[in-house]
Amino acid sequence: MNLPSSTLLAQSILAGIFTGALYGLLGLGLSLSWGLLRQINLAHFALAFLGAYLTYQFASYGGVDPMLTLLMIVPLFFMLGVAVHWVLARFKVTPFNSLLITFGLTIIIEALLQWIWTADYRRLDSSYAEHRYRVGDVFLPLPELITLGLSVAISVAIWLALKRTDLGKALRAAAEDAPIAAAFGINQRALALMLSGLNAALAGIAGVCIALSYTLAPSQIYTWIGVVFAAVMLGGLGRPMGPLIAGCIIGVSEAVTMAVASPSWAPLVSFSLLILVLLFRPGRA
Amino acid sequence: MRRSLIIVLLAGVLLAIVPYLGLPAFYESVLYLIFHWVALATSWNLLSGYSGYFSFGHGAFYGIGMYTTATLTSQFDVPFLWTLPAAGLCAALFGAVLGVVSFRVKAVRGELFALLTLAATFVVATIVLNTPIDGGQGVYLSAVPMPEFGPSPSGTFYLLALAAAVATIVIALLIYHARFGIGLFAIHDDEDVAEVMGVPTFKYKVAAFALSCALAGVVGGIQAMFVSYVTTGDVFTVAMPLTVVLMSVLGGTRHWLGPAVGALVITLLLYSFTAGDCAVLGKVAMGVILVGVILFMPEGILGQALKRFGRKPQGRAAAASLPPSAINEQARLAESGAVRTAGAPLPHQAGSSSGAAGPSEIQSGGALLVARDVAKSFRGVKALKGVSLEVRRGEILGLLGPNGSGKSTFINVASGHFPATSGSIVFSGQELVGINAHRIARCGVSRTYQIPRPFAHLTVLENVALPAMFGAQLVERQQAQEDAWRWLEFTGLAARAHALPDDLNLHQRKFLEFARALAAQPQLLMLDEVLSGLTPSEIDEAVALIQRIRAQGTTILFVEHVMRAVMALCDRIVVFNQGEVLAEGRPADVMARPEVVSAYLGKPIDGGRESPNAPGVPIHA
Repeated sequence: MNLPSSTLLAQSILAGIFTGALYGLLGLGLSLSWGLLRQINLAHFALAFLGAYLTYQFASYGGVDPMLTLLMIVPLFFMLGVAVHWVLARFKVTPFNSLLITFGLTIIIEALLQWIWTADYRRLDSSYAEHRYRVGDVFLPLPELITLGLSVAISVAIWLALKRTDLGKALRAAAEDAPIAAAFGINQRALALMLSGLNAALAGIAGVCIALSYTLAPSQIYTWIGVVFAAVMLGGLGRPMGPLIAGCIIGVSEAVTMAVASPSWAPLVSFSLLILVLLFRPGRA
Repeated sequence: MRRSLIIVLLAGVLLAIVPYLGLPAFYESVLYLIFHWVALATSWNLLSGYSGYFSFGHGAFYGIGMYTTATLTSQFDVPFLWTLPAAGLCAALFGAVLGVVSFRVKAVRGELFALLTLAATFVVATIVLNTPIDGGQGVYLSAVPMPEFGPSPSGTFYLLALAAAVATIVIALLIYHARFGIGLFAIHDDEDVAEVMGVPTFKYKVAAFALSCALAGVVGGIQAMFVSYVTTGDVFTVAMPLTVVLMSVLGGTRHWLGPAVGALVITLLLYSFTAGDCAVLGKVAMGVILVGVILFMPEGILGQALKRFGRKPQGRAAAASLPPSAINEQARLAESGAVRTAGAPLPHQAGSSSGAAGPSEIQSGGALLVARDVAKSFRGVKALKGVSLEVRRGEILGLLGPNGSGKSTFINVASGHFPATSGSIVFSGQELVGINAHRIARCGVSRTYQIPRPFAHLTVLENVALPAMFGAQLVERQQAQEDAWRWLEFTGLAARAHALPDDLNLHQRKFLEFARALAAQPQLLMLDEVLSGLTPSEIDEAVALIQRIRAQGTTILFVEHVMRAVMALCDRIVVFNQGEVLAEGRPADVMARPEVVSAYLGKPIDGGRESPNAPGVPIHA
């Protein structure tokens, strides 16, 4: 183990923040769905990859700008999310069973991706990847900057919406006790459908970001689950700023571990953090 | 149970002949895969299905087993078969440590436990990958000599996997019918209540976890040799535990054979699709089946089938407890009320039979339970501020006070449901503060819950048999169920013995609470508002029941708002107000005291005092 130079350290901290922003963006929908809808949505990851593949398809073969695919992905995924929630709500699924059902959905979507795009690695070549800005000694790649910007903007917006607007307050009340909230005139079902749609749309947006910076393969769905769950738990369920902040903490500690020790040690940091959070602050969950 | 055991062993022996039939090796490898998954799913179910603690860390224990075998055979030249016990041991050790750490934290249940075990998987994977155990290259076992007891190498693997599967199923079957198993099922339904009824929940969970891990470790050891090349990327995945969960849920987690059924279905399904070159379609089918089963068959294939074909709910134990003729006899007896009140002989006269009581303590009037300065705070809210009271042997002591005065908290502290913040409670010479709730139950203290908390998936009969098995006497299962019948008669519930608690009305659920508390054969019975919500005639019945209980020598601590019953039953009463003892003495005297009246009804404005004896004091909510 040898200490890296300050430039390398700065670059890896920055890389950690960028990765963390994506953890946060992926975790946001998961956290809202777990905290406010009491559904542990494993399919969130599969949806994100579906979004990523769609972006890849349209950008590589349709010549559409990757950011423009958002215009199509967001409404489409919103409707998908509404549909999934409609089924889950119709059958009054318990949190644990929601985990299993959405795992089933994940398997189906994974198979779908594999069928259409094969199990080979795919990489989106967009003009974005070529842009990088130099600030002092460190480089800022454009795709990662976009991810960071989106992640921060969306997290703050949702945080404000939940805290300040009547709609947000109604959502939080419905999460605490749905029947009582309904008795006070909150249309809890419609709210839940809307929130679920929003979560799926978030998965789609995260998918676009994944497509911008990462190589795609259907099996990659599972590699994100552990670390994003760590960010969600660390950030506190249903707290919009939580996944972003926790994601950055995890991302930076992983990146520094990679620089100081070796990349293969990185998971130890995030998962040890998760275990510690579960053992010492389970009340937050 | 004996029949099931014989069938399983017979099936094992028959299947063991297969490799000697000279079938193509292809059959052996398919069957190997089936046995492999059957063993894994069944071992997972021991903790996760029975006690409801869903572990997503099965990949870790399986992987530890694989790497134990891989390391011992390839680096230390240990013969392969000798590494299998070591693989089990290593996995069990890791599981036990993880269990001891995580089960200490009460909030780590459900999804959080699942997540914790999943995280543990990746921690193990990272450590294995970065240390010489794997070193990043993977471990080859191709040079390791195979033991030669089968007709061929593939036959040997077949026999090993078969042995693992049969052993795992037999263990699952034995536990299912043992005290251990019923304790785990109680943990599944309501862990806190299970603990208060005497189930050593912590010990049971750790034991089930370690056993489940050990079996997964052994299966991993066999698999390591079978694939002969082990890498962390293939071993420690999310998909593996999820597949095991899928199989168990599909088959039914509440039955010993459920996971095996699920494993068989899924393995065959996946295999037929892979063989037909449409693996993707197989995956889709697996996903659709998972979604469909959870939505439409939440009890799994086997659970649904057992229900459909007329077995008792959950198919558990009930049928095996008493011969049907005896059951009919008991039910008939129970329905004729005359026999009931005439006193069907009660199982072991409570109080006098208790082993814990010394001979000098039998005489009535001595203190059975002495509380000194008991305090309980909930994050600053002082529910009990130094309560001292005494329960005398053989009496009915009423505990009264306005809502929020700390009566139920006192019962919760005395039964160990909540730990006391300070003070001491001595019961028959045994200090109760600071010991676990299940040990308090063993001392001969039992209680009812104000809001009935039956074990939702156990029948009424099993609900009542459980405290007998874990209470003061540690009765054997067979005996406990026979006793349970008598307690059901005693409380008039015998006709509903095979119903599930959800099918009972409130009155019956309250009496089920009674029957459970009585079945533990306590020296001290604590009743927490057993009468609230009952109609006047039901209250009369309950009062008569309580009198009969006391007549057998059981001491009763009685929290109640229904003044009519309090006045009729209690020898003495203690009045709580704001977490302190306000008054104590004979009921009529205490209720006449001005401070008691004002605590209940507020300060009188004029001289006109209302009689506190009026039925249904208005402050009761």
